[in-house]
Amino acid sequence: MPTDVSTSPQARTTAGLDALELAEATDRGSLGRRLWRSTWPKLLAVALVLAVWQLVVWSGWKPEYVLPGPAIVAADLKGLVVTADFWDGVRLTMTRAVVGFAAAVVIGTLLGAAVSRFAPLRAAIGSLITGLQTMPSIMWFPLAILLFQISESAIFFVVIIGAAPSVANGLISGIDYVPRTWLRVGQVLGMRGFGRYRHLILPASLPSFISGLKQGWAFSWRSLMAGELLVIVPGALSIGVRMQQARDLTEASLVICYIVVVLVIGILVDLLFNAADRALRRRWGLTS
Amino acid sequence: MTVTEDRDLRTDVVRLGNVSKRYGSLLALDRVSLSVRKGEFVCLLGASGCGKSTLLSLVAGLDQISGGTIDVDGRHVSLMFQEAALFPWLTVAGNIELPLRLRGVGRADRRRRAEELLEIVRLRGLGRKRPHELSGGMRQRVALARALAQDADVLLMDEPFGALDAMTRDLLHDELERIWREQELTVLFVTHNVREAVRLGDRVVLLSSRPGRVIEDYPIGYGRPRRIDSPEVATRAAEITDRLRAEVARHAH
Repeated sequence: MPTDVSTSPQARTTAGLDALELAEATDRGSLGRRLWRSTWPKLLAVALVLAVWQLVVWSGWKPEYVLPGPAIVAADLKGLVVTADFWDGVRLTMTRAVVGFAAAVVIGTLLGAAVSRFAPLRAAIGSLITGLQTMPSIMWFPLAILLFQISESAIFFVVIIGAAPSVANGLISGIDYVPRTWLRVGQVLGMRGFGRYRHLILPASLPSFISGLKQGWAFSWRSLMAGELLVIVPGALSIGVRMQQARDLTEASLVICYIVVVLVIGILVDLLFNAADRALRRRWGLTS
Repeated sequence: MTVTEDRDLRTDVVRLGNVSKRYGSLLALDRVSLSVRKGEFVCLLGASGCGKSTLLSLVAGLDQISGGTIDVDGRHVSLMFQEAALFPWLTVAGNIELPLRLRGVGRADRRRRAEELLEIVRLRGLGRKRPHELSGGMRQRVALARALAQDADVLLMDEPFGALDAMTRDLLHDELERIWREQELTVLFVTHNVREAVRLGDRVVLLSSRPGRVIEDYPIGYGRPRRIDSPEVATRAAEITDRLRAEVARHAH
């Protein structure tokens, strides 16, 4: 214990009680063990899906050129991921996703901050934001194409309009639910104006903001995939475009490959958000 | 020492003159007059609905009075609650440094001051911990250090030990008494625990309920340090408890 125990009996008693009450560092097991504990259920789930898929293929419900089995798809996927061409497509799609999402975060954050700051603005567009959030993004494409023609802008428009409301709502509810006692502490410490936002409101709303970001990402990823299937910009061979091409050539195996690729990217990004969320919860002491 | 001089001079640092507070039709405080001298430890005691927390909010300037006057003599006033209300996104030291940061104190000076304050509340070396890693009693001491970082010379405490177990509370009484003396603080301490009030206070001010009015002002003259289980404290507490019960019984229909 770092507390000094040299002096009075009072100091010693306090130090003793502190030592007894300090939380013991919990042993969470070795890294390998923890990884295995969280991984095996996922592996089992994948195995089950593959098994059912294979059974359906074996049942002869559809001819194999329409519904190929896991082995064929796996072989095609293996061939696909070693080509530079495939990675160009992934890079194009991911660039769109990241740029679109980043723009949505900036716009959503500004919008959320403005709405939670000005009561009339909230009355005016608060429920509109939630309404936008529930709207299927594919509904926007006809308008986007009229406004921006077949272009990157049309895709970004839909990605942003799909994701920004979630980001804004995350921030708004985070700000709304800042505990009253923290606000009182802010008052006692004389926080005002920008400093109050910088040192109290924004950090306090972080957990809700992160879940808003996570949801926003999901919406922007969905919007992007819809966009890549509908708005085929000449020369831009994104994942969606490649998938359409595969369908046009009746290459069912390749279509499934791209579905798997999109799924895997979605899961990987979700893992990143979860990691951020977990790190925050651990720092705040919200987990056991 | 200036404290003793000041205490002899009986300078009032908090002065309430006929303070009233109304919430809509409810009168929470009715013409409360109260003076606290520099370096004095005053306990406000009352049952539910006596407006003791309201009173502290008013003195801290968190709320507007409906009538009367409050004068804190231009001093730095800080307020502590039953919950430590530390910010979980900051470390223990970060929480203590926050009032300094808000005042624009430089990083190195902040560090040094936080170290000193941790030493004062006997939490040396725990600055890098997160608030949730500490016990309730330790968190309250961090909150106390944060209040001291405001350079507060008037400390308002709203049942700060109400949520702690008895042993921790007794220890914190000792620690608070020591820090109050060493740091030359003026303390206005709200509680509904009569023994706690007698253990800590130079004076115990008894408030009536609905509306809150000052009904008695007991001077507590025993030498310090006191013990909460000493016969003097028990006797005096029994006397005050009787008076408090009589006041509460008045509200029976």
